[in-house]
Amino acid sequence: MIEVLNSAVPVACWSCSVAHNDSTLFCPHCSKIQPAAAGDFFRVFGLERGFQIDLAALEQEFHRLSRKVHPDRFARSSETERQLSLADTALLNDAYRTLKDPLHRTEYLLKLEGAEIGEEHAGKDPGEARKGQKDPSRVPADLLEEVFELNMQLEEMRMARKMGEQDPQLQADLEQAKKKFESLLAAVDVDLRAEWKTWDAGDEPTRKAAQQTMVALIDRRRYLSNLVRDVIETLGA
Amino acid sequence: MAESNLTGRVVGIDLGTTNSLVAYMQGDAPVVIPGVDGSNLVPSVVALDPVTAEGGRPTVTVGNTARKALIETPERVIYSVKRLMGRGLHEIQDELKLFPFRIAEDVEEGEVPRIQLGELKFTPPEISAYILRQLKRNAERFFGAPVTQAVITVPAYFNDAQRQATKDAGRMAGLEVLRLVNEPTAAALAYGLDRAKEGTIAVYDLGGGTFDISILKLRDGIFEVQSTNGDTHLGGDDIDNLLLAVALDEIHAEHGVDLRGHPGAVQALRKAAIDAKIRLSSEQAARFDIELPNGDRYQREIPREVFELLIEPVLNRTVGPCKQALTDAGITPEQIDEVVLVGGSTRIPAVRELVDELFKLSPRGKRPHIELNPDEVVALGAAVQADILAGASKTTEEMLLLDVTPLSLGIEALGGTVARIIQRNSTIPASATEHFTTGVDGQTNVAIHVVQGEREMAADCRSLARFDLKGIPPMSAGLPRIEVKFLIDADGILKVTAREQRSGQAAKIEVKPTYGLTDEQVESMILDSFDHAEEDFAKRLLIEARNEAENLLTLVERAPRSPAWAQLTGEEQDAIAAARRGLEDVLRGADAKAIRDATLALDRVTTRFAELMMEAAVSSAITGKTMDAANEDLGEEVTAPHPMAQAEFK
Repeated sequence: MIEVLNSAVPVACWSCSVAHNDSTLFCPHCSKIQPAAAGDFFRVFGLERGFQIDLAALEQEFHRLSRKVHPDRFARSSETERQLSLADTALLNDAYRTLKDPLHRTEYLLKLEGAEIGEEHAGKDPGEARKGQKDPSRVPADLLEEVFELNMQLEEMRMARKMGEQDPQLQADLEQAKKKFESLLAAVDVDLRAEWKTWDAGDEPTRKAAQQTMVALIDRRRYLSNLVRDVIETLGA
Repeated sequence: MAESNLTGRVVGIDLGTTNSLVAYMQGDAPVVIPGVDGSNLVPSVVALDPVTAEGGRPTVTVGNTARKALIETPERVIYSVKRLMGRGLHEIQDELKLFPFRIAEDVEEGEVPRIQLGELKFTPPEISAYILRQLKRNAERFFGAPVTQAVITVPAYFNDAQRQATKDAGRMAGLEVLRLVNEPTAAALAYGLDRAKEGTIAVYDLGGGTFDISILKLRDGIFEVQSTNGDTHLGGDDIDNLLLAVALDEIHAEHGVDLRGHPGAVQALRKAAIDAKIRLSSEQAARFDIELPNGDRYQREIPREVFELLIEPVLNRTVGPCKQALTDAGITPEQIDEVVLVGGSTRIPAVRELVDELFKLSPRGKRPHIELNPDEVVALGAAVQADILAGASKTTEEMLLLDVTPLSLGIEALGGTVARIIQRNSTIPASATEHFTTGVDGQTNVAIHVVQGEREMAADCRSLARFDLKGIPPMSAGLPRIEVKFLIDADGILKVTAREQRSGQAAKIEVKPTYGLTDEQVESMILDSFDHAEEDFAKRLLIEARNEAENLLTLVERAPRSPAWAQLTGEEQDAIAAARRGLEDVLRGADAKAIRDATLALDRVTTRFAELMMEAAVSSAITGKTMDAANEDLGEEVTAPHPMAQAEFK
């Protein structure tokens, strides 16, 4: 859906009609704010597509661009300028929010590259995606046994809570399980980072392979993180 | 118009539950603009005068004058209206049990509730508009020039409808609302002005009716909100209600008098409860001593420990939001560098202890910031933001506020669940694009229900609006592709646009807000269309100048009867007489500036007299009355009719 533009396209300024490069946020001739160029979130920050990002530099650039385009800078400008500032800033914020978070960034770039990722929320045509709204979350095969055990313990714990009973052994088991699944989660993150590197440096076939691995890792990660959340909620209840 | 928009002053307004203030940037520091009575705080109380003005229009009073009517004609007075802003009839039922709001009987579900005030009915935004108009007039009087643009603060946790209602109120009051700013963020701006600090700060804002917690990161003049949370119905009012309930119950039990149903008596008791609460912040105990309608006295001492036990449940309700905000910001309490306290309720020692504990301040050798008056800090911050928006000042040109939306935005999906499209704590403006299609062949419209909140089911969230995407070209089911763009603007208010992509046709949207006024309704409620007119403004300035002059003249006429008069030298007395004649000469004319100048001149020569009178009042107070009572006497005797001298007595 999102069109990628690698080269700058000349466009005419809405205000003074002088042509300029579409990646410029301000007309070089009359200095008026311009609509942001079409493209992906990486382009908003003038970045090449890639999984690894220098977060400090990203933040700095976010602040620099915010100072220029934020609606606060256009509170008393014309209606057109205010609308452009609003649209440009919304895009800037959406882009920053997505790119600064490692998981969001990974999912976003995988999707840009055409990968299919199970979404946790429905954002698609209601007819299709909404039905399977909650990711069915198949249990990863290597975890089948442990997950089964954990779910039993969680159920027991909830029952015990309901009855107002204390079960120190169960509590300890769950704490233990939480640690275990958290370390599995951390392991997934390590694997993901390795794939990031491979993709960023690799050629086309390498990238395709890395993408597939990442899609699987993301699914596993979502599954594990839901599990950990359940345990934390049950323990904290 | 466009011309004046570029040059006119932008003021900052704190439209509070209990008090409202207007401030502006004076050079490089924000200052609060006092009202005619010299007070910085305008109580958020609106009263309908029994006498109508010329042309049959109702006379509405605001602030201290309105508050005085609270005990005599409670049915013509409303306060704490902020609690009703942007809320539907069924949502305010709980408030109705605690506050003497009189909802007009003919209000139907789905309508904006109207409040019965005497013989008239007003929506909450209209009531707020009267308060805003008073602040606008105070500022105009102060500047001697029209004020048409403002920044208004709202609780960070206000939802879309509450924000829209506040903006509507501004428009009704003749103010272009350049920005709604979140109260805790405004407070951070006020604190951040004089310190080029970097770091993470938490703003704990417990006001009259709302609680907010915001966590911000400061860096190079950029105030970036990381997370916010709160409760729009939690504040000092709840504490007052607890004390009030205790008193009402005890009076009923001990004296057999049920005061519920006597609005005047309840108001008197509420005032006593508020006084007791305030005293308990500085003293170990406070006393109730009230004469009951049957002549009995209700006397009760409340030790601070009892008070603290009583309010503990209220204060504990702030803990959850604070923890959630920390979690959402991804930090631990120890990572908070500074805590700022905002709102009158943070004067309560138990609140400060709770904050200290929550953010582990004492063990780290830290204390919360209370340097700025907690009642004024939000208005001061609003003035800073106003200055940023005006874009004309060196002081604020490097400052930028990046705020977030407090609540997630979602769409009702099949089965009544919520599909989140914009997560809470997203920096605003924020947008999301969603695609919709049809489920039946030839279907030409699609209904969309937008909700705000964190719950799984749409029914548990706040319904924002229902949209009907109309004019979809008839196609087979699932074929149309309608792109709907949701955009939360810098005020935290949602805007929606839609387009059918296959036909390229713009789908028509009819936005029906679930709660709120339509544009036409707001238009019809604009208080005073003349407010913009220059000539009307000049007329009003003249009337106000005359009123001030007459107030001062009344005081000066009575002056020779005061013992303080004899303490003046002959020269001083002559100077006063001369200045008085000077004022009387211009008073009949139509030159507002000449009247103001002569008033100021008379005020200057009477300053020493006013001081002498005050000293006399203080010495008589020590011989019996409490200091509080003496202060009240001073308010009546000396300061009130002496508008210029007031500021020094605060």
